[in-house]
Amino acid sequence: MSDDMTATMIRSNNRFSLRGLVPWLVFAAVLLILPFIFTDGFSFTLMNAIGINIVFALSYNMLLGQGGMLSFGHAVFFGLGSYAAMHAMIAIDDASYAGEGFWAHVPVVVMPLIGMIGGGLVALILGWPFCRRAGTAFAMITLGLGEMIAAAGQMFPSVFGGEAGIYGNRMVGPQWFGLELAQAADVYWFIAFWTFAAVLAMWAFTRTPLGRMSNAVRDNPDRMQFIGYQPRNIRFLVFIASGSFGGLAGGMAAVNYEIITPESLGLIPSGLALLMAAVGGLGVFYGPIVGAVLVTLMNSLLSDYSDASILYVGLIFLAIVMFAPRGLGGGIEHVRTAYREGHLARRLPGWLGGAVAVLLIALGLIIAIELMFAGHGGGDTVNVFGMQFQAGGITGWLAAVAALVIGVLVMRATKKNREVNA
Amino acid sequence: MLEIILFSLLNGILYGLLLFMLSSGLTLIFSMMGVLNFAHASFYMLGAYFAYTLGMHTGFWPALILAPILVGVVGSVVERFGLRRVHANGHVAELLFTFGLAYVIDELVQLTWGTVAVPYREPEYLREPLFTLFGTDYSIFRGVVILISILMFVALWYLLKKTRVGMMIRAALTHGAMVGHLGHNVPRLFMLVFGFGCALAGLAGVIGGPLLATEPGMAATLGPIVFVVVVVGGMGSLPGAFYASLLIGLLQTFFVAIDASIADILGIFGLQIDPYGEVARITLANLAPMTPFILLVLILIFRPRGLMGELEP
Repeated sequence: MSDDMTATMIRSNNRFSLRGLVPWLVFAAVLLILPFIFTDGFSFTLMNAIGINIVFALSYNMLLGQGGMLSFGHAVFFGLGSYAAMHAMIAIDDASYAGEGFWAHVPVVVMPLIGMIGGGLVALILGWPFCRRAGTAFAMITLGLGEMIAAAGQMFPSVFGGEAGIYGNRMVGPQWFGLELAQAADVYWFIAFWTFAAVLAMWAFTRTPLGRMSNAVRDNPDRMQFIGYQPRNIRFLVFIASGSFGGLAGGMAAVNYEIITPESLGLIPSGLALLMAAVGGLGVFYGPIVGAVLVTLMNSLLSDYSDASILYVGLIFLAIVMFAPRGLGGGIEHVRTAYREGHLARRLPGWLGGAVAVLLIALGLIIAIELMFAGHGGGDTVNVFGMQFQAGGITGWLAAVAALVIGVLVMRATKKNREVNA
Repeated sequence: MLEIILFSLLNGILYGLLLFMLSSGLTLIFSMMGVLNFAHASFYMLGAYFAYTLGMHTGFWPALILAPILVGVVGSVVERFGLRRVHANGHVAELLFTFGLAYVIDELVQLTWGTVAVPYREPEYLREPLFTLFGTDYSIFRGVVILISILMFVALWYLLKKTRVGMMIRAALTHGAMVGHLGHNVPRLFMLVFGFGCALAGLAGVIGGPLLATEPGMAATLGPIVFVVVVVGGMGSLPGAFYASLLIGLLQTFFVAIDASIADILGIFGLQIDPYGEVARITLANLAPMTPFILLVLILIFRPRGLMGELEP
């Protein structure tokens, strides 16, 4: 991770350049083109969820990837930001009936800012005692915090709405840019704008002195203290920034879903943030974006095909922690570095071999898992990528074992290619 | 009133012992390997489900022995082929690994045994009353659970303090490298301790399953509380974990038993407030699930190293 960091440091030293603009132009173009390719309602729902999760995962990575603070309670900021935005939306609704008052002039499209203020305030109030240490202690404290806030959420129904949560209506107040926010397609533009703005802001944060110092605190807090910076202060500031952006994602969610329940404060959404960031790669800025897209797609699309969809997400996470701790983003950076240095052609055979091996092993595991749990709800036959297997038959198991064995053999055979060139 | 206090005391101790059975394994693993096993409560859940399935074939008592052993074997395998590999990448990677493991175990349990609770009960004859006080029965099973817990603690104490393996474990806690230099296989010791800790969690599951409920959410319910126990007791301190377990067990049980609202309690001190206000209406029983976490925050503010911890976490 630290080699990676020095590399980015050196590269980032050259000031503003046109090359640096290219990824942003591509990102903006993708956001602009997507709604013209995927035009059905389901796609819009999915894209909106992905946008929210991108901001959520990136805000989480400000803590873990850049500040070295492993948090199990990040959903607190997401959820409380969302509640803040929802209450503001309800206030707009009430005020627009009366036609006067401050809230009557606030458009719904700025709700993410309300969420941001909410999340930031919560981090400001709660954060100081937690930021003394990073590592295991911080992880346990944030876990306790998350559980406590989630339990409190059930206890104050007038604020949190009890089990059912609270609802709002996004089609109220003044409209900006002619966005009625009636349909998912309208909401897409709202989500796309805020996703772009938040990603840009969070990237800018990594370039500020505070962002750099948070990396330093992650790598060597003792040395930071010797130089004269209090690690605790820096952690606290990063905690607030991360909480703010988590709240921003919550504000986007409030407008998108128009409902928020105390469940969204708990361990499950906090774990989702961790999952997305770690799958995508903690050491690369765009890693969590990749992770958020992949995990959200898997969570919503796979469940149509398999009962074990969540299990696959968990297994991918485990595999990445075990075999590729730098995540998918780290892999992409690997390829890019090799391309820049002209080694790509030489290293490609080994990597492709490894990729084929991984796919074969995954195929074997998928067949085995599908066969194992075929009895639960599924029919007698198991369909894996168009291949039909009898649930009780031997052919499926043979295929699974064959895929696994061939995969391991390919892995072994191409291992040399990867090592020699390393 | 006396009845409530007596039964809350008994149930609180029972719950506290169960918590200690979980947190002792977690503490052992943590103090030895420096890794807080996020999946510890998942092994507890596995223990309950294994005992349920085994119990259908072998009956309750053999399952009581077999299920924890099975869980211990699963734990050892996880350590040998998963955790040991991740160890090189530091503590955060290990924590991430155990987090992912908890996720996967929860899913596997749901896929195998379904998403609703399974009817895992103690045998009929253990449901008879052990004694009856103030017209309320105290079942034999609860007595048996207390007995098993105490036996287990004596065995754990004997193992750690009086045997050669225990001596090696204690030595490896503080001077792992030195024990390795003396020619002992420290990685194997790690694997054994991890497996043993998981087996303890499994045992807690076998006896906790019939007491609470054997359902896929049981790991998520108890897991955070066990972490609170470990932090409140002081990271890595077994006596600390013991006192913290009993403290939290008693606190939670008494809070559940007392059906007084905050307005009532303030009323005792002569403060009259609107009893139907949002805050005043909350009863102590409502607060019970939050007590461990309130305790955690208080401990972190006033005594960050925990009750018996030697170092700040």
